[in-house]
Amino acid sequence: MQIARETLLRSYRAMRTIRDFEERLHVEFATGEIPGFVHLYCGEEASGVGVCANLTDNDTISSTHRGHGHCIAKGVEVSGMMAEIYGKSTGVCRGKGGSMHIADLSRGMLGANGIVGGGPPLMCGAALSHKLLKDDGVAVAFYGDGASNEGSTLESLNLATVWKLPVVFVVEDNGYGEATGSSFAVAGTQKARAEGFGMPYMECDGSDFFAVYQTAGEAIAHARAGKGPVMLHVHLARWYGHFEGDAMTYRASGEVAEAKRDHDCLELFRKKVTEAGLLEHSELDAIDEAVRDEIESSVIAAKAAPLPEPADLLADVYVRY
Amino acid sequence: MSKKSYRQAINEALRLEMRRDPRVIIMGEDVAGGQGGSSGVVDAWGGVLGVTKGLYTEFGPERVLDTPITEASYIGAAAGAAATGLRPVAELMFVDFVGCCLDQIMNQAAKFRYMFGGKARTPLVIRAMFGAGFNAAAQHSQALYPLFTHIPGLKVVVPSSPYEAKGLLIEAIRDDDPVIFLEHKVMYDDEEDVPDESYTIPFGEANLTREGDDVTIVAFGRMVKLANEAADKLERQGISCTVIDPRTTSPLDRDTILDCVADTGRLVIVDESSPRCNMAADISALVAEEAFDALKAPIRRVIPPHTPVPFASVLEALYLPDAAKIEAAVKAVMNHKVTEAA
Ligand SMILES: Cc1ncc(C[n+]2csc(CCOP(=O)(O)OP(=O)(O)O)c2C)c(N)n1
Ligand SMILES: [Mg+2]
Repeated sequence: MQIARETLLRSYRAMRTIRDFEERLHVEFATGEIPGFVHLYCGEEASGVGVCANLTDNDTISSTHRGHGHCIAKGVEVSGMMAEIYGKSTGVCRGKGGSMHIADLSRGMLGANGIVGGGPPLMCGAALSHKLLKDDGVAVAFYGDGASNEGSTLESLNLATVWKLPVVFVVEDNGYGEATGSSFAVAGTQKARAEGFGMPYMECDGSDFFAVYQTAGEAIAHARAGKGPVMLHVHLARWYGHFEGDAMTYRASGEVAEAKRDHDCLELFRKKVTEAGLLEHSELDAIDEAVRDEIESSVIAAKAAPLPEPADLLADVYVRY
Repeated sequence: MSKKSYRQAINEALRLEMRRDPRVIIMGEDVAGGQGGSSGVVDAWGGVLGVTKGLYTEFGPERVLDTPITEASYIGAAAGAAATGLRPVAELMFVDFVGCCLDQIMNQAAKFRYMFGGKARTPLVIRAMFGAGFNAAAQHSQALYPLFTHIPGLKVVVPSSPYEAKGLLIEAIRDDDPVIFLEHKVMYDDEEDVPDESYTIPFGEANLTREGDDVTIVAFGRMVKLANEAADKLERQGISCTVIDPRTTSPLDRDTILDCVADTGRLVIVDESSPRCNMAADISALVAEEAFDALKAPIRRVIPPHTPVPFASVLEALYLPDAAKIEAAVKAVMNHKVTEAA
């Protein structure tokens, strides 16, 4: 597989940014300074980044409650995200959305989502726009194994096929929906579901950036070529609790440790690119350092940023009223 | 009698009713929590906020059913089971998720009895948490009781304390109509003395949490506590209030509200739900129609603005009614000067 050097560097940086962003939130959340619910994407970075490395700002994605990684992968600016999570006026949503509603339409990012299964129908609509406006764009719906059981998701698989829409349905399967395992909650298989609706099914190991990048590339090319929707099933592990504060007694001790030891997408990436002579350790180290600084300054800036003004409460309910 | 939290009171109501009647079952996402997990520990969560903790262990998988994330089908299944012999208590988690299953509630469960000419009984309870104050933002903070109140065929309960929650939930489970039972998420750790045994609180009978001469305050759910805080403060300033907790928005205890307004001549309504077509609007219409001559001042509503619930704490606090806003509204109705028409 040929991947441009630029793409490799950018993708590593995005994955590292997500990792550090989330690890930092884990620490900051424990101090009680961050309001609301926070769901971390640690361990799943290669999925969002591998898929989005095949997209441009002209393409649209929808995310989930576990949205920080998709936002960063799609190019949403980190300091604006951090400020949003702190509820500050400098946040990408001016402090009105918080962690679960980060969105940036200028980047083709139609929002994290507090409603499980909220995204897939929206991506049918975004794909319809891309198709009718003939802008060559595709829509990508990221959703979890848990969300794969929602009626809205299953209906969208059907609609996208019937309308032959340029949608890629990315099932991020981390084996759990909250505390419930997918072996309990998901009947049949994702593969059979895709085939049942007559759409191509692809799958890959979500800790392997290269596997995700390549498979997603094929899926996206298929959709972009006007051949209809595709399902991409990405196998993953979630490193933290469902939300911050979850003691995870439903998981065997060692499950997370093993994922960290054997399936760390950043470690695997580094090993692969350095062994193949594509990138130097020093280049990657430099990125690590730059990201560390970026996250640090985004937290400092977020803490110091002004709160929303009282008038903001009433603003932006409508375009015009 | 012992001190119990709102969470414990609800758990106890479920447990007592499940012991009493084998047809009572519960279902919802992670109501046990842990099914299919790698540790084998089931009953790991007992619901996202631990309200149903321990019920799986006592009653087992036939009566405590974890569901996939699939609200339309399990809420509908609860309605169908209710119409055919079981007495399900389905947990919707956040009431905002009703967007995913409203048809099964609004067009199915609520209408069976009427559409079928009085031949159906649907002893269904849907529990959900509601309300702002948790920085949970626009999709996890709504106070949607007016939405359900609007639908004929549903009963709607908004318990204001642990004692109320236990008695009203037992009543809801024994009721033969579909009941929407809405728990304020900020109140789960509130504590008060609650009897250990079973008791019921009838629907449609308001509770007067205090009685006074000057102003009637009607408040719902968590707002009852805030209304009483405001009333305590006003009492020290020589203004005495009646605080009415209607307990249920459907049925609504119209008589108690009208009687109290007749006594005080002034009315303040505290309602956390979005202001258009909410309970404050509904009760204002009732009083304007039935007690117009008793009013010494215009009715005042302490309500949020017509906006989604914002995330940032400063904005959320501004959004919500609080004791200071209630106090100001009471003073405004007390200070109203009647101007004679020319
Ligand atoms: C309609 C709806 N139902 C339930 C929830 C509560 N909830 C939030 S995340 C979640 C689990 C989602 O699992 P999955 O789709 O596998 O995503 P993951 O958390 O594993 O990334 C649930 C049940 C919700 N937010 N919206
Ligand atoms: Mg999952």
